[in-house]
Amino acid sequence: MIRSHPELRRSVQDPAWVRGGAIALVLLFLGLVLFMPLIAVFREALRKGADAYWAALRNPETLDAVRLTLLAALLAVIFNAVFGLMASWAIAKFRFPGRHILISLIDLPFAVSPVVSGLVYVLLFGAQGVLGPWLQAHGFRIIFAVPGIVLATVFVTFPFIARELIPLMEAQGTDEEESAVVLGANGWQTFWRVTLPNIKWGLLYGIILCNARAMGEFGAVSVVSGHIRGQTTTVPLQVEMLYNEYNFVAAFAVASMLAILALITLVLKSVVEWCAKRKGMVAG
Amino acid sequence: MNIEVRNIEKRYGSFTALGDVSHVFESGKLSALLGPSGSGKTTLLRIIAGLENADQGQVLFGCEDASHRHARYRGVGFVFQHYALFRHMTVFENIAFGLRVKARSQRPSRSEIRKKVERLLKLVQLDWLGGRMPSELPGGQRQRVALARALAVEPRLLLLDEPFGALDANVRSELRQWLRRLHDEIHVTSIFVTHDVEEALEVSDQVVVMNAGKIEQSGSPDEVYDHPASPFVYRFLGHANIFQVAGGSSLYVRPHDFDVFGEHFPGAIAAQVLGCRSVGAIGRIDLQPNNGGDPLQVETDKNSMRSMQVVEGKTLYIRPRASKQYTAAAEI
Amino acid sequence: MFRFPSCRRKVIPGFGLSLGFTLFYLGLIVIIPLAATFLKSAELDWSEFRATVGSPRVMASYRLSFGASLAAALVNGVFGFLTAWVLVRYSFPGRRIVDALVDLPFALPTAVAGIALTTIYAETGWMGQWMKEVGIKAAFSPLGIMIALIFVGLPFVVRTIQPVLEDLDAELEEVAASLGASRFKTITKVVFPSVFPALITGIALAFARGVGEYGSVVFISGNMPMKTEITPLLIITKLEQYDTAGATAIAVVMLVISFVLLLLINLLQAGYAGRRA
Repeated sequence: MIRSHPELRRSVQDPAWVRGGAIALVLLFLGLVLFMPLIAVFREALRKGADAYWAALRNPETLDAVRLTLLAALLAVIFNAVFGLMASWAIAKFRFPGRHILISLIDLPFAVSPVVSGLVYVLLFGAQGVLGPWLQAHGFRIIFAVPGIVLATVFVTFPFIARELIPLMEAQGTDEEESAVVLGANGWQTFWRVTLPNIKWGLLYGIILCNARAMGEFGAVSVVSGHIRGQTTTVPLQVEMLYNEYNFVAAFAVASMLAILALITLVLKSVVEWCAKRKGMVAG
Repeated sequence: MNIEVRNIEKRYGSFTALGDVSHVFESGKLSALLGPSGSGKTTLLRIIAGLENADQGQVLFGCEDASHRHARYRGVGFVFQHYALFRHMTVFENIAFGLRVKARSQRPSRSEIRKKVERLLKLVQLDWLGGRMPSELPGGQRQRVALARALAVEPRLLLLDEPFGALDANVRSELRQWLRRLHDEIHVTSIFVTHDVEEALEVSDQVVVMNAGKIEQSGSPDEVYDHPASPFVYRFLGHANIFQVAGGSSLYVRPHDFDVFGEHFPGAIAAQVLGCRSVGAIGRIDLQPNNGGDPLQVETDKNSMRSMQVVEGKTLYIRPRASKQYTAAAEI
Repeated sequence: MFRFPSCRRKVIPGFGLSLGFTLFYLGLIVIIPLAATFLKSAELDWSEFRATVGSPRVMASYRLSFGASLAAALVNGVFGFLTAWVLVRYSFPGRRIVDALVDLPFALPTAVAGIALTTIYAETGWMGQWMKEVGIKAAFSPLGIMIALIFVGLPFVVRTIQPVLEDLDAELEEVAASLGASRFKTITKVVFPSVFPALITGIALAFARGVGEYGSVVFISGNMPMKTEITPLLIITKLEQYDTAGATAIAVVMLVISFVLLLLINLLQAGYAGRRA
């Protein structure tokens, strides 16, 4: 959820040595756990110089992987954004029996291991799967093909946008929508002119998180992909394949793209948090 | 155009929010729906607006049955308790909203909208604030923006839900007089909900007192205050001193309806002072009647309280000047 | 104003459309595939099922996955609490940047984290070299798995505790201090009990994530059967050997475990949310 950043609380202050010690310890820990891996990615990527780095990025297979990742992420974001808007509208603006169960069900994919997330689609659409024989007979290919990758990506990012929007819409209540209706607005006008502008930061925030996870998903996609070069390989899978071939420079070069994406995600996230706070559109 | 509600019933599960409510709100009048929390007044207002559907009964706008007409087409202006201004729009855009969402054939031109909004801003005395965001305005000004927004669509009926509920005391009384003057100026049939007795009596032409999903009494503020139809109305409109009288009925007396004497007076009863304090120009005295009845609250002016040298323990003599008698059956 | 939550809001349009779409999409993407998995597992012979999920190799993978996840979650409990405390209570240059960086494990693809951590903790890596000298093998050992799980689990703990610490009434601490409690006593008797439910929730979230984690672990673990093979990897291995039945059996066990964990976490959250309100 979008977090607000309250001002520091300093009413009861700890002695300087406690503060200094705690800050140093935390920075050391975070440096080891978070910062060092990030640095390692770029260091390994540039180990053989900039030329090798660029060559690895310009590799046609890598470019195919980038294309597939962008496609899967785009579709996941679109599907899950539409779902997020629909689900939050139904859940936040109306009361109906089973509402709380529905909210829990939306969270379900978060609890499932990525590998299992991929497996469930194999069991449904794969050669041995429930619908497998039928699909095969009709010439549809889902597993070890692009549709499977998109489905697995949609599954693992399923709750991201809905989770942002539900508490936000709930906090905003229904008065503004009722106002719009009484003033003569129809359903679309109410949604586009009143509701959507109020939740746009939350929506954007959810899209950023959804996109980051979609582009980086590994476990679920790995199960359904089949690792066909240039066809069913996403960027994280490309990293794995290069790494397993001991082509470390290329693996880290491709990985550095994803690391840059992660950093951009963090910056965008902070910007959106800041904007949302400034506009007073944070849930709770 | 008169607004009539006929045999309205509304239940939430086993709870009856409104039980067979009928009333005619007169054309051009400013009516108050007055009652305690949970009396059904807001529900009635929302049913009139079409924001809620009654389980039974009709809502009539003039001769037209509007019961099944969607809120969007009822042509009412509704001012929400917390204003419900569109937080991402400027004051100007808020007021223009109702005009902008009209179907193209009915939508006024840009310049007409601009002119109209400016006129409304002037009407609510906020003409310099069109470019501000609602969050930048204090409560009283937001309230007036909400009113201007509701008036922009030229409603047949203006509904206000606790219009002054969220405001500071001094802003409240100022805004209340302003609403009264505004109503005298535009004369649109208006209904507002309030739980504040003073507000209802001061602002409205007609007061409708509600309790437990029913209308207890309606009439002009003076009628309702001077002739409360039931013990509930009597007690709700102000403090009541209750005397049991022979035959099982009770006599209700307002604190300010007593004559207070420092010495014995024919027809007056003796009572001992439990405490006294002055509130502004009023002197308020708590008394215990010597005949053993319930403690009484009596009001007199501060000067006479001072001249009688009222202190705790002193015996005073009081005599009801005006009272209202209810039978035991009415009190249930 | 007294008003029941149900039965209102009829004026706002789109209930049928939005709820219908939500249920349809939820069913299509989540419910049907998950149901199909359980359906598929029902085809398995019970004794075969038990033999698969109880075989020594699978049991070893449970022990490893649960053990490493628990250890990592506990480490994150300690350092996550400290991190949240420092971010909420102390000001220092770069605090905002550090705060934003805590979310890095959410944003960085797990595979990238996996190969980066492997490089660092391999015997030739920055940390690995140094650890080898004192006789610790990090990469390709359970310790390496734990390190990877510390990485992915940290934000869960920090982000669960942080809002609770921010909401914590400063007056509470001031009152305790004014009553003569030492700072240590104030923290252990006043602050810590208020944060404890959130801390447990955070640890549980990190643990649940760790049990299912694959991408960041698979590179650093070495994947030796019986020693450094985690349960999710075993599922993939079975699948690659065309042992769909075996993969399904293990997956169903994991699904049941994750649903139980989800339920427990929801109960925990409901518990402390109630107390906070």
